[in-house]
Amino acid sequence: MAEVRSPVFLDCSSGEPLLPEAREAWLLATSSGWGDPRRLHRPGRLAAQALDAARSRVAAHVGARPDEVVFTGPLAPTAQAAVAGLVRGRRRVGNRVVTSTVEHSAVLAAAAAYGDHVAVGVDHLGRIDLAAWTAAVGGPGVALACLQVANHEVGTLQPYAAAAEACRAAGVPLVLDATTALGRVDTTALGGWSVLLGWAGAYGGPASVGLMVVRRGTRWRAPFPPDDDQEGRWPGTVDVPAVWAAAAALDAASATRDEVGPRQRAMVARLRQELAARVPDVDVVGDPDARVPHLLTFSALYVDGETLTLELDRAGFAVASGSACSASSEHPSHVLAAMGALTHGNVRLGLTRTTSEAEVEAFLDVLPAVVGEIRGRIGVA
Amino acid sequence: MSTDVDEGAEGVDLSIDCIGMRCPRPIIEIARRIGSVPVGGLVELLADDPATTPDLAAWCRMRGQELVSSTAPRFVVRRMG
Repeated sequence: MAEVRSPVFLDCSSGEPLLPEAREAWLLATSSGWGDPRRLHRPGRLAAQALDAARSRVAAHVGARPDEVVFTGPLAPTAQAAVAGLVRGRRRVGNRVVTSTVEHSAVLAAAAAYGDHVAVGVDHLGRIDLAAWTAAVGGPGVALACLQVANHEVGTLQPYAAAAEACRAAGVPLVLDATTALGRVDTTALGGWSVLLGWAGAYGGPASVGLMVVRRGTRWRAPFPPDDDQEGRWPGTVDVPAVWAAAAALDAASATRDEVGPRQRAMVARLRQELAARVPDVDVVGDPDARVPHLLTFSALYVDGETLTLELDRAGFAVASGSACSASSEHPSHVLAAMGALTHGNVRLGLTRTTSEAEVEAFLDVLPAVVGEIRGRIGVA
Repeated sequence: MSTDVDEGAEGVDLSIDCIGMRCPRPIIEIARRIGSVPVGGLVELLADDPATTPDLAAWCRMRGQELVSSTAPRFVVRRMG
């Protein structure tokens, strides 16, 4: 069994550590793909070739054409461009933007900033109410809808194909946020989306690179002044070595998905079962089956998330939390609140591709005593 | 006792004031003190931390108590066990 490293890093929910394949690709590209891809000289042509190849590689993973792939930045500006561009392109129809209540906060912020935002609720597993979704996208004046493939906190898969079909029937373009799904599940046939979003940092690529794939024929209009880079679909010079590394990371994550995914799925299943058995009054959140393999969220009653995160850090485990006090926000996780899950005492685990069974067992051995000690200190048990 | 009447402060068996307290304190306070009212009795919780609304509902679900009303900053819970 693999060794237990210290600290044990279980916070992949905010990004997979850079994959070795991505680092090697980046180093290679800095020596041969550093030129300006718009130039006609040899360094420029080499960079342009690398950029074209990166587009083709990414396109193959999402079932798109290479010329539909736009390399962007982190998720927040990417989501803003996707939403604002569709609101602009469909301004004659209306400006309503339909999302779920559990989208990434960057998507919710973009929807509220650029349109008349309507959020469709979810059940206790985090799945959208499909009837309510269908009614919402079928209403008047809908510019676009936006839905995740899988939730970034709890891992639950949405019924994205059925949601896309409802959008198609209503003639509404769907922005599909594949950030949590890329490299984790098969994303080559995700249904009838118009724009697909992704972020390389989530699957072990550089955190500076995002993806916006815009299907030909989509009424998306750039919400910024046009320039020569990427046909005006994203402003500014492309960082070709970073983009090359992002494509290499997606290739690597996808190539090992059939080996890594089932192993992570089994470890999360073990965690779900043992947490409920070993820790009293714990709320294990999300769909136990229809989920991405690597994420798990749970909440321990009466414990505050900040104390729990710090005590686990002292015990050698790096985890995230969606509790208000530990999320640099006055408000608890909107995802947990929308699902009716406990928001305090929250721990969000994200297994990396190298997380071992021994590390999971070590976490399970430590957690009950950590929770028990905190509860004992405040006089509840 | 009727279940669909909006219970006033006078109709409750215990009132707990947690205004100004951060979660999970309000949840800890109701857990500590709900045992002092009879089964079927009502507890009023006053709490203004924004996490109280989802967390009190989750606590009632996990502990088998009944959330009678949830209108921040006033919450009413019926002791079921």
